[in-house]
Amino acid sequence: MRAVITVIGKDMVGILAKVSAECSNHNINVLEVTQSILQDMFAMIMMVDITKSDIPFTEFSDMLQKAGNEMGLSIHAMHEDIFNAMHTI
Amino acid sequence: MLNARDILETITMIQDEHLDVRTITMGISLLDCCHSDIDVMCGKVYDKITRYAKDLVRTGEQIEKELGIPIINKRISVTPAAMILASCDNKDAVKLAKTLEKAAVACGVNFLGGFSALVQKGFGPGDRELIEAIPEALSVTDHICSSVNIGSTKTGINMDAVGLMGKVVRKSAELTADRDCIGPAKLVVFCNAPEDNPFMAGAFHGAGEPDCVINVGVSGPGVVRAALAKAGDCDLTAVADLIKKTAFKITRMGQLVATEASRRLGVPFGIVDLSLAPTPAIGDSVAHILEEMGLECCGCHGTTAALALLNDAVKKGGVMASSHVGGLSGAFIPVTEDAGMIDAARCGCLTLNKLEAMTAVCSVGLDMINIPGDTPAEVISAIIADEAAIGMVNSKTTAVRVIPAIGKQVGEELSFGGLLGSGPVMPLSTYSPAKFISRGGRIPAPMQSLKN
Repeated sequence: MRAVITVIGKDMVGILAKVSAECSNHNINVLEVTQSILQDMFAMIMMVDITKSDIPFTEFSDMLQKAGNEMGLSIHAMHEDIFNAMHTI
Repeated sequence: MLNARDILETITMIQDEHLDVRTITMGISLLDCCHSDIDVMCGKVYDKITRYAKDLVRTGEQIEKELGIPIINKRISVTPAAMILASCDNKDAVKLAKTLEKAAVACGVNFLGGFSALVQKGFGPGDRELIEAIPEALSVTDHICSSVNIGSTKTGINMDAVGLMGKVVRKSAELTADRDCIGPAKLVVFCNAPEDNPFMAGAFHGAGEPDCVINVGVSGPGVVRAALAKAGDCDLTAVADLIKKTAFKITRMGQLVATEASRRLGVPFGIVDLSLAPTPAIGDSVAHILEEMGLECCGCHGTTAALALLNDAVKKGGVMASSHVGGLSGAFIPVTEDAGMIDAARCGCLTLNKLEAMTAVCSVGLDMINIPGDTPAEVISAIIADEAAIGMVNSKTTAVRVIPAIGKQVGEELSFGGLLGSGPVMPLSTYSPAKFISRGGRIPAPMQSLKN
């Protein structure tokens, strides 16, 4: 099972480190990372494998959101299915 | 690999443009709960609903979290209550309504629909008892929604029922006058009612439906409006294309949620309802889509044409995105639930006459309209008759949900809170249709050929 983590906000040191650390803490493997600047905002997209995660995905998603709030970033972890459903026929 | 732009588009739709799944509605048949003793029947009804829907809210919340899509409402629709009430010796409809309320609260759902009767051709056993109990039932419950089907293209319009419903709507308002007349906000009078509609207040579980089914209603006026705003000055062909594409994406999300809910609950998937359902929140308005198309204010000349384009494009885009489409499917125009419509009604641009014309091309009808508190029952009946005639002749669903604002006059406001919103009392014609309504009888079904 794969999920997509998106981070949107002001660019700063340690964003990638922080998010990957959360992933590694819970045995979530990072498969791919892309980042770009979107309307002056930093946007990072991570594809991760959550099959072997040691906590339920909803908990992980809440945790990332909380971590994001502390850093002034908007972080969302969403299941890959939603993007596939919406953008592929 | 997914495209980064697509991913960010989805996130923006959900974060900034109010994209959500409006409702997961579980349809439950109560036909096997019939019993001649009302108390035994109510016991069976409570047991069946709470057994089938015990995991509905929890599962909905789980899907919401895992997929990251807000699912605003979890609801239940049941077999039209008049059908099972028919089996009782003592047809105490209010008792049944209280049982349904208790079951709705136990399951934690937002609304339960199906305190309904289908009387398009005449009153069967239980129908009259149920209809007459509607005002009290709506005043003593918070979660129960009621609907009555008084006409159809195949049967014509039951004008005796139309006459009765005018009184029922008025009495519902009177009994809840201390709560901003909330009663009739939970009551819809239909022509051509769909049997698989997941949206309130008109949801019920038709007799032709399976024992239990999951229906999903999507939303997303904000997304359509934002897409049009980004498109800039294109012609209407391009506008229609853009709406189709957006509706496709919205519906795909609804289909995903429906499939997932159906799998997790072990209940068959019924339909996705492709509706653009507005909320009073800023940026979630159907009126604003019409204004984005180029109208100065919703309700001005051109509104009907713009709405026709929108309604048709939503269906065309959504149909391919879902395996089964049903319910009401189209653009809703509930006045008090739509920020743009509220403003248009306040400034006088949006009138009841224009709304009536709009209902000929939108997906439902005169919805959530506050009318003066001294409106006589026969005028409400005549509004229902006009609206039913539009639905009957055009082979489409039409409905009336008007709220007589008891003790208030044109210009004053009613506020219901939540998704039901608030809005001004709108003026009506003051000439009387009393004699026409008092004739009763039936308006015969229309010709289905010689269409002009």
